Amino acid sequence: MAFRHDIIERNVILLAVLTLITVSIGGLVQIIPLFAVETTIERVQGVRPYSPLELAGRNIYIREGCYVCHSQQIRSFRDEAERYGHYSLAAESMYDHPFQWGSKRTGPDLARVGGKYSNEWHVAHLADPRGVVPESVMPPYSFLRERALRADDIAAHLRTNRTVGVPYTEDMIANALADLRAQADPEADTTGLLARYPKAVAGDLDGDPRHLTEMDALVAYLQMLGTLVKFSDYTLKDLQQ
Amino acid sequence: MLTGSSRFRREGTDSMTAIATTDALPAQSARTAFEPVEDVVRAFVVATMFWGVAAFLMGVVIALQLAFPLLNLDLEWTSFGRLRPLHTSAAIFAFGGNALLGTSIHVVQRTCRARLFGGDLMGWFLFWGYQLFIVLAATGYLLGVTQSKEYAEPEWYVDLWLTLVWVAYLVAFAGTLMKREEPHIYVANWFYLAFILTIAMLHIVNNLAVPVSPFGTKSYILFSGVQDAMVQWWYGHNAVGFFLTAGFLGMMYYFIPKQADRPIYSYRLSIVHFWSLIFLYIWAGPHHLHYTALPDWAQTLGMTFSIMLWMPSWGGMINGLMTLSGAWDKLRTDPALRFSVTAVAFYGMSTFEGPVMSIKPVNGLSHYTDWTIGHVHSGALGWVAFIVFGAVYYLVPVLWRRPALYSTRLVSWHFWIATVGIVLYITAMWVSGIMQGLMWRAYDELGFLQYAFVETVAAMHPFYLIRALGGLCFLVGSLIMVYNLRMTVRGAAVTADGAIRATA
Repeated sequence: MAFRHDIIERNVILLAVLTLITVSIGGLVQIIPLFAVETTIERVQGVRPYSPLELAGRNIYIREGCYVCHSQQIRSFRDEAERYGHYSLAAESMYDHPFQWGSKRTGPDLARVGGKYSNEWHVAHLADPRGVVPESVMPPYSFLRERALRADDIAAHLRTNRTVGVPYTEDMIANALADLRAQADPEADTTGLLARYPKAVAGDLDGDPRHLTEMDALVAYLQMLGTLVKFSDYTLKDLQQ
Repeated sequence: MLTGSSRFRREGTDSMTAIATTDALPAQSARTAFEPVEDVVRAFVVATMFWGVAAFLMGVVIALQLAFPLLNLDLEWTSFGRLRPLHTSAAIFAFGGNALLGTSIHVVQRTCRARLFGGDLMGWFLFWGYQLFIVLAATGYLLGVTQSKEYAEPEWYVDLWLTLVWVAYLVAFAGTLMKREEPHIYVANWFYLAFILTIAMLHIVNNLAVPVSPFGTKSYILFSGVQDAMVQWWYGHNAVGFFLTAGFLGMMYYFIPKQADRPIYSYRLSIVHFWSLIFLYIWAGPHHLHYTALPDWAQTLGMTFSIMLWMPSWGGMINGLMTLSGAWDKLRTDPALRFSVTAVAFYGMSTFEGPVMSIKPVNGLSHYTDWTIGHVHSGALGWVAFIVFGAVYYLVPVLWRRPALYSTRLVSWHFWIATVGIVLYITAMWVSGIMQGLMWRAYDELGFLQYAFVETVAAMHPFYLIRALGGLCFLVGSLIMVYNLRMTVRGAAVTADGAIRATA
């Protein structure tokens, strides 16, 4: 044999360097173009950063491990389109740090759950899933209704998101706490909130307008999922990657 | 004894003499005597069994939660969403990780004829540093501190600590290789080294995040959406490829030859399958993202390389199984070897199933269903856990200087109960997964979707019960093992090392 593997087997550094090169190639080829190729993210209107209350709700969704049983990624199949709606676009999760596509559907996909059920349904279902859907195996989350939402540092969360690339403006960061409170308060003036975050679902979210709870935040998040892009404005060709 | 070199010449390559010949207890060594670090390895073996039982127990608990949701107890700390990462991390990182660290330290010292670089201090730092990582991660999950990236759930402060421990591990391992007394680096160490290096790369890139505050637990991941998905599954699939495969192949390459008292079947095959395995594995990630918003070209690459991966995987299986040629009779008398060999058979099965599931139309059916869960467990229980059981049954008498295991009958019981458990588990998940996938896409004669989602949930119930029963069998088997090992350690030590080797 002209090539002798011997040489590699006798030299730790050489073995380590060759190993590192070998295991790097695949990742480089698959990951770097996703940042470089512009068509990776479809050009659609309407996708915006999360409102402060939605972001807080999303963090509760993550904290409780909802992604373990619910995907947020509708595949391009007829049955999925009929069950859940238009297939998911890359653009729709472009501000998701991290992504929540999930890998398992013990429960249904939630990519477009926004607006499908009333706030009251969500609250009742989260607090006691089998009270609403007898066959469900979902854990109950009644404690969310009781627990006050801790959000004093919400502006810092927005700022950190901006550091990793989400286009939160100074205006959004300055109004973060006020916007968060306004979204869950039926009495509040939501003009500013809705100008900054179009289509945000505001009002009495958890059926208890006097207290700002974790349930408010989670419902605000669930009610906006998949609602931002107006698909009637686009043809399939526009959505090609 | 693996000290004679004549038998390695059967293949006609001289280099073969250099591998697998190098291992002997220090006392028996004709060459320089060395004192291996052994207390630490013993501690890792104990930790492996402790976390193994914990992981299997958590598995049974969450399997039962899916069958009986009341078991979520309506407490935030005990909901499925928080316990599932506890189960997966306990299985992969606590049980698997302790087994990998422990055996790699054992193997690298023996096959290099050198004491661990950094000695006892380094060893104990690795041991306690790694246990601290596990405890920090686990407490985080229960309290809801998670990044929500599967198998990379720990938050930034835990990630930083693990990085520190891992770099120390690399230094210790590579340092020991550097000061080896043997001219060649034995094949098991190539796999261990590739595992350590690649996991370092994956861990660092996938966990790049910016904390909200240096005094808080929450951080935001650097990448977003489709890029984050790609990075996550590049990580996630190679946690399988390098943590759960390459590392355990290192284990296979040491313990099966030792147990069978035969040399590795083919030196050339081990070279070819090592380089092709580590090259191809890293490309397979996108098969977790078929038909999603990940661009098609990336999905196709992921599928193609996943199918190619079948070959090097089976190269490893063949090399492991054929090592028994001429020693198959040992399977009758040594139930610990039976674990190792069955592990390799399960490895072959799940590395065939994996490429099949990566084919896009198949994945269209299997993805998001329990079929994936069944596939993971044929790998995790059949391959990973069984190869660990085989290694630990071999190691305990060696490390504690006992003439033999307390009871080979109990090993046999463990083997059969665990095997029945795996079969129940994976067949239940095959049936439920395929059924679920078919129900989701079923149409009635009028062209409407035939089933509401919740009907598919209800249909899972009997299979979730069978799965829980399978998991329970596996747990009971592991408790038998713990008892057997405990009795082995409590037995009288032998003074002459030779006596151990004759029986082990």
